[in-house]
Amino acid sequence: MTRTVGPETNETPAEVPDAQQKALHAGTSDLRELLARNLRQSGIYVAFFVVVVLFAILTGGTSLSPGNITNIVLQYSYVLVLAIGMVIVIIAGHIDLSVGSVVALTGATSAVLVIRHGAPWWVGMLAAIAVGIAVGVWQGFWVAYVGIPAFIVTLAGMLIFRGLTLQVLDNISLSPFTPEYQKVSSGFLNGLLGGNGYDAFTLLIGALAVAGYAVSGFRTRVARIRYKQPVESFPLFIARVVVVAAVVMYFAWQLAHARGLPIVLIILGVLITVYGMITKRSVFGRQVYAIGGNLAAATLSGVKVKMVNFWIFVNMGFLAAVAGIIYSSRSNGAQPAAGQNFELDAIAAAFIGGAAVTGGVGTVAGAMVGGLLVAVLSNGMQLQGVDQSIQSVIKGLILLLAVAFDVYNKRRAGSSR
Amino acid sequence: MDDYILEMRSITKTFPGVKALSDVSLAVRRGDVHAICGENGAGKSTLMKVLSGVYPAGTYDGEIVYDGAVQKFGSIRDSEHVGIVIIHQELALVPYLSIAENIFLGNERKGRGGLIDWNKANADAAALLHEVGLDENPVTPVGTLGVGKQQLVEIAKALSKDVKLLILDEPTAALNDNDSAHLLDLLRRLRDRGITSIIISHKLNEIVAIAQHTTIIRDGQTVETLDMSAPDVDTDRIIRGMVGRDLESYYPERESHPGEEVLRVEDWTVKHPTQDRFVVDHAAFNVRAGEVIGIAGLMGAGRTELAMSIFGRSYGRYVEGRVFVHGREVKARSVSEAIDNGIAYATEDRKKYGLNLIEDIRRNVSAAALGKLATRGWVNGNEETKVAEDSRRDMNIKAPSVSSIVGKLSGGNQQKVVLSKWLFTDPDVLILDEPTRGIDVGAKYEIYTIINKLVAAGKAVIVISSELPELLGICDRIYTLSAGRITGEQPVREATQESLMKLMTKERELAS
Repeated sequence: MTRTVGPETNETPAEVPDAQQKALHAGTSDLRELLARNLRQSGIYVAFFVVVVLFAILTGGTSLSPGNITNIVLQYSYVLVLAIGMVIVIIAGHIDLSVGSVVALTGATSAVLVIRHGAPWWVGMLAAIAVGIAVGVWQGFWVAYVGIPAFIVTLAGMLIFRGLTLQVLDNISLSPFTPEYQKVSSGFLNGLLGGNGYDAFTLLIGALAVAGYAVSGFRTRVARIRYKQPVESFPLFIARVVVVAAVVMYFAWQLAHARGLPIVLIILGVLITVYGMITKRSVFGRQVYAIGGNLAAATLSGVKVKMVNFWIFVNMGFLAAVAGIIYSSRSNGAQPAAGQNFELDAIAAAFIGGAAVTGGVGTVAGAMVGGLLVAVLSNGMQLQGVDQSIQSVIKGLILLLAVAFDVYNKRRAGSSR
Repeated sequence: MDDYILEMRSITKTFPGVKALSDVSLAVRRGDVHAICGENGAGKSTLMKVLSGVYPAGTYDGEIVYDGAVQKFGSIRDSEHVGIVIIHQELALVPYLSIAENIFLGNERKGRGGLIDWNKANADAAALLHEVGLDENPVTPVGTLGVGKQQLVEIAKALSKDVKLLILDEPTAALNDNDSAHLLDLLRRLRDRGITSIIISHKLNEIVAIAQHTTIIRDGQTVETLDMSAPDVDTDRIIRGMVGRDLESYYPERESHPGEEVLRVEDWTVKHPTQDRFVVDHAAFNVRAGEVIGIAGLMGAGRTELAMSIFGRSYGRYVEGRVFVHGREVKARSVSEAIDNGIAYATEDRKKYGLNLIEDIRRNVSAAALGKLATRGWVNGNEETKVAEDSRRDMNIKAPSVSSIVGKLSGGNQQKVVLSKWLFTDPDVLILDEPTRGIDVGAKYEIYTIINKLVAAGKAVIVISSELPELLGICDRIYTLSAGRITGEQPVREATQESLMKLMTKERELAS
């Protein structure tokens, strides 16, 4: 069996590298090669672009109107927050089915304190976060230290926390929240530097984000060149920055002309940046990938697997609480049935965004695009007046196709070995 | 005229890049117990897989004549259909099913309407159990039985298929003396009933005791077939056949200057994680700075288990024993503690336990010592790249860049990545388990050179290997392990393949 390892490719790598290396260092401008090199990742961006353009055409531009873009952000932000935690769970090779119930429970906790007992808005939020973390500790304990598969632990959690939600709420909805609390999801930073009809502050933040992207991209590039790593050619790098800048500024421009910069978008932006860094650059993030990629090898490399798994679930609990706060704020109250099926949306976002069912693969950015793809699709279909039942079918097919694409790619990669 | 039940003629089987079997012939007389001997990796199991149809006809050259007719088996089903049953070393029983269910799995006793007739199944199973001398209720779940009894269930299962030729791959490797004796007894009884057996075993006294003929395979070729009734045939004779090759591969020169003791292990005793038996039994050894020691042992001797249990107790249940690094006792209860104490262990199966195949070289090299590249929990990616680049250059890893995916490298280059990973932890003692398995001669030479460089830099290296010439070529001292016990220690200039093999096959008679 070990024979298949064999010396098969010993000659090829010996000769190819020099030529290939030269090409890499000179930079690759061939867009096709770049796309092919990272087909899985680029595939999702291309698909996203196609869907956006498709609906822009179908709706005669309505889908890209300022009001609608704002709407998408507000409507799907909590799924995106959940997807950040979910993609980390999935990279490590687990799954979390309980997040919908946790969204409900944390929102309910907050609502009981703020609405029923008149506590200040921030007490409600802190309590929600505390409950979310406690849930994470509970599930992390069972998964990491007792060794129960996450599927079972979180399936149980789904029932347990839904039941607790009903208990906390006495089975009735609570509403409304105080205006401060509502701001989380429906507040805007508007008119800070601007005049009527548009908001310069939004544009400024957009510009800052673009600048940050360009600078960090450039520094990475310089460092990679110093360490003799392959980089894309300079014109291509500029083109990439320009495209991103155009998209972000267009987006900011549209927001500035609607109601300004949603607070929830700031929260989301911070979370995406921080978690993007954690997954890419922190020791913890690396260990998550190592566990998902090869559990035995990670264990035998000294990774404290139990501890890492534990914190993955604590983190998921925390993010579920954040989503719970945003959702309760947006729906302006707490309902016993809140958050139903959110776990499925978050899981779908992660998988559509390139996470592998077998673990070890996935990115926060990918999950975000995956989530947005579903968001734009749903929103577009709603604008088109597509029936709810058809929407569900289409979303299901998209998920299936995305994972099928992943499996197909892997098989191809495997056979080319 | 001899009546052969089986003749395998000129079997050649190649895997990509490796010729596993080359012109192997095997003739088995009807009613014999025929033994096959050879070192690990000599091709015994491959030959049996060819015979049983695991490798279907067409994927190998040569022909199989069974019961007077040329056979082309497309799958195990085909070979079982004509009465050839193979019992693998790792038993293929379903632990949660009952004995009867296991015996008739895939061969169910059907009653009316296609439903299983459990009464008949259990009654038939009871009869079969009686035949193999196993006194158990057929409804007992197999998982509750010991390995020896499970083996008997496997044989009962074979009998249920009207077996004519029974193949046993290392049947006694996991058995204690009693169970082994019982099993051999059973084979004799089956022989008397006209069932031919082929037995693959490392336990040479057992072979001498039971086999009529022994075929020796070496490096994928048949060496000879011994008639065990001949007067001069004993275990020594078999050993000579097994190891009689020249040192055709070469080893880089090294001057040996052992320094002070780096690692000392005393009384190391470990139990199997689930079964109540000792896998490592009061093992003691030491290794000095600038020294390469070898651990030789046959399959199932407990080599890997010994190494892994020392490496942060990652195998089995610790019973007793002490480990000293640089004279200071180390109680490493986890892998990270072992690494912190300067112990590194490169696993035997690098794909399964050594590497994250879907990641690139860089991330694999840093995996065991990520902390060294991080400040306050943040990894310095550029430093990481530099470390990986340095390794790629020093180890001569043939890959376009350090961001090449490890799964796509050749075996030799993957092994260099594994070594890079462990060197980056800056260990005092490096345990290498089968460091050259499955890699070609050129890459092997490079691995040996790396080992030499390490000991020149004052590291202590322990090499576990199935290839005796390799151990003789690169080690200063060699310990032999048999059934979890250290049965001998020889400086390399006194050791020969024969002397080592003798120690490696030395069994419990030493203990009892």
